[in-house]
Amino acid sequence: MSVWSRHKIFETNSIVLIVGILLVIAIGGLVEITPLFYLKSTIEKVDGIRPYTPLELAGRNVYIREGCYLCHSQMIRPLRDEIERYGHYSLAAESMYDHPFQWGSKRTGPDLARVGGKYSDDWHVKHLMNPRSVVPQSVMPNYAFLENNKVDVASLADHLRANRTLGVPYTDEDIKKAAADVAAQVDPDGAGAADLLKRYPKAVVRNFDGQGGDPTELDALIAYLQMLGTLVDFKLYDEKANLR
Amino acid sequence: MNQALNAKRITLGEGGLTIVFALTTALSIYAAIFAKDAPFAFHASLAAAISAWAVFAIILRYRNRAGLPPQEINGLPNYNLAPIKFLSFMAMFWGIAGFSAGLYIALELAFPGLNIAQWVNFGRLRPLHTSAVIFAFGGNVLLATSFYVVQKTSRARLAGDLAPWFVAIGYNFFIVIAGTGYLLGVTQSKEYAEPEWYADLWLTIVWVTYLLVFLATLMKRKEPHIYVANWFYLAFIITIAVLHLGNNPTLPVSFLGSKSYIAWSGVQDAMFQWWYGHNAVGFFLTAGFLAIMYYFIPKRAERPVYSYRLSIIHFWALIFLYIWAGPHHLHYTALPDWTQTLGMTFSIMLWMPSWGGMINGLMTLSGAWDKLRTDPVLRMMVVSVAFYGMSTFEGPMMAIKAVNSLSHYTDWTVGHVHSGALGWVGFVSFGALYCLVPWIWGRKQVYSLKLVSWHFWIATLGIVLYISAMWVSGILQGLMRRAYTSLGFLEYSSSKPSKRCIPSTSSVPPAEACSSSVR
Repeated sequence: MSVWSRHKIFETNSIVLIVGILLVIAIGGLVEITPLFYLKSTIEKVDGIRPYTPLELAGRNVYIREGCYLCHSQMIRPLRDEIERYGHYSLAAESMYDHPFQWGSKRTGPDLARVGGKYSDDWHVKHLMNPRSVVPQSVMPNYAFLENNKVDVASLADHLRANRTLGVPYTDEDIKKAAADVAAQVDPDGAGAADLLKRYPKAVVRNFDGQGGDPTELDALIAYLQMLGTLVDFKLYDEKANLR
Repeated sequence: MNQALNAKRITLGEGGLTIVFALTTALSIYAAIFAKDAPFAFHASLAAAISAWAVFAIILRYRNRAGLPPQEINGLPNYNLAPIKFLSFMAMFWGIAGFSAGLYIALELAFPGLNIAQWVNFGRLRPLHTSAVIFAFGGNVLLATSFYVVQKTSRARLAGDLAPWFVAIGYNFFIVIAGTGYLLGVTQSKEYAEPEWYADLWLTIVWVTYLLVFLATLMKRKEPHIYVANWFYLAFIITIAVLHLGNNPTLPVSFLGSKSYIAWSGVQDAMFQWWYGHNAVGFFLTAGFLAIMYYFIPKRAERPVYSYRLSIIHFWALIFLYIWAGPHHLHYTALPDWTQTLGMTFSIMLWMPSWGGMINGLMTLSGAWDKLRTDPVLRMMVVSVAFYGMSTFEGPMMAIKAVNSLSHYTDWTVGHVHSGALGWVGFVSFGALYCLVPWIWGRKQVYSLKLVSWHFWIATLGIVLYISAMWVSGILQGLMRRAYTSLGFLEYSSSKPSKRCIPSTSSVPPAEACSSSVR
């Protein structure tokens, strides 16, 4: 019997064909994906990574809703020009609490992985309201409408809880104080700031949009942008220990 | 008399679906009233409306029908063509919508003032464009042709009575939910997997039904062998199901709201995403359309498939190798190097089975090449295979890490996608539609072959212009990003934008950012 006639079993039996296809397509995925869940080297050992504050998370959800990832990456590659332009190359650990990841695949605008702290809040407000007012050659849409949308503070505890179920280490206290933490993060003179910073080190506590009243989506988005890439102190990062 | 009474019986499908849709209507109304956010309320209302319509449609259809349609008439299979007519119409509809959206977002990049409202901002319209073209246009073409091909090559009527309609309408309803969701800001922001949890769940139900209809039709075939096109359709249907389930497990914040969080995070999510994303290309846009090639090119050229053995080898090699290629979307990222290397290696190997398919398609024309002069439909399909060969060479090349370090994040990738999507998927789809539409509506030929010829030349010219422009801009972007002055400074980090680099350096941040990043 020639080799070719052995193929007949697949061509005459649809169930055998299905099983064959399933086996053949399973291998690649199993080999490439499953080790990423148990190999300890997948995520670097590094200090400083923490879950997002409720306000940052709300800002991140605005980032997701508006499809920012379609023009902005959050992944600095270990190439000379990228490191000089954007900062230290990105670590896997830096997105370990990101559900979903937002590494992106196209740079119509700049990478944002370390945009935190590079611009003033005022610059961000102007830029989001009308990008061409501060970057003349920009083709980014205006996001002025964010100013009129209040952050849905009441639901944030549920958001934190969902993240905790998926493995983000929010404590009971974090969830209980979710709404209070939002107010605390936009009120640098308030009483809650110290408590917020204790649980979320390096959080930026400021009145981001410079307006009074309840925090808007503009506050939230800027709070998120201002913390991006700032959590790891690369003076203390041991590159050799994390070779992969 | 007795027989007529026997024939007119409510079927299990009719009864069951009526009850299911009645329950869905009630549930959707409840969800619409108690929804946590406006888009979810809107989608629940749409679901309520279409479920209620389905209840009435099924009851009316039952009242008006005689018996069930016979499997055979005079010894010939009684093919079920009505759902195929609907699907091919929807393919054209979504094609026009998707291409128009593409044009609009391209104009937005040139004239940012066109971002006139949040609902049509680039970030919300781009997923609409990609989903409308890939899943709505391409998906309806795949559903239409697969329902046609599986019947013809099995010489059996499509399995199920309401099931094919459930798949056809259900799939298009999924598209409506996904598309309107993007405009309202409902998205997972995972590329090509943007629809939120409830749309994903609905798609899963529709897709499993699709698999069952296809499989059941294969099982009652009158032909001893399963034709090669059906292997590809089957691989496409099964693998898309696996990918969809693997990439999309989410936890909704509330079962009455649109927002959910994906189960995976960070690097694992990235790997899952591009395992899915690249194989959406491999199995949706390649295996499915290769199935079209394997039926429509031999049929139109009136020649048998060139090599049976080549089709066996390239089928198994293609589906085995494709699954590994995902990590080439993550070169030089925080994905571990071993995974990147595997992805690159398998991407390069993938070149061979891809060209195996191209050779098998092109060589099918041996002895019929003269038809290219006279038949613009065949010309369209043959050029589609040529584009397939071109982009499946370009793909492995771009998957080489050194090339990718330049091409990634640039317009080159966008150009590559379009040479595949317009040149390969678009042309083979239109070629198939130009064959299929006259066949199912019982016409001799399309309305005007001369118009097909115009379509062919205009589209070919457009695609060539598009991809050449994207090569130039993409490679220029890559080179400018890594350009250094003789003093060792980044050339385009803080310079005033010159005329030449206004569009291309938009990915380079303005002066303040750079001076602070060079520490």
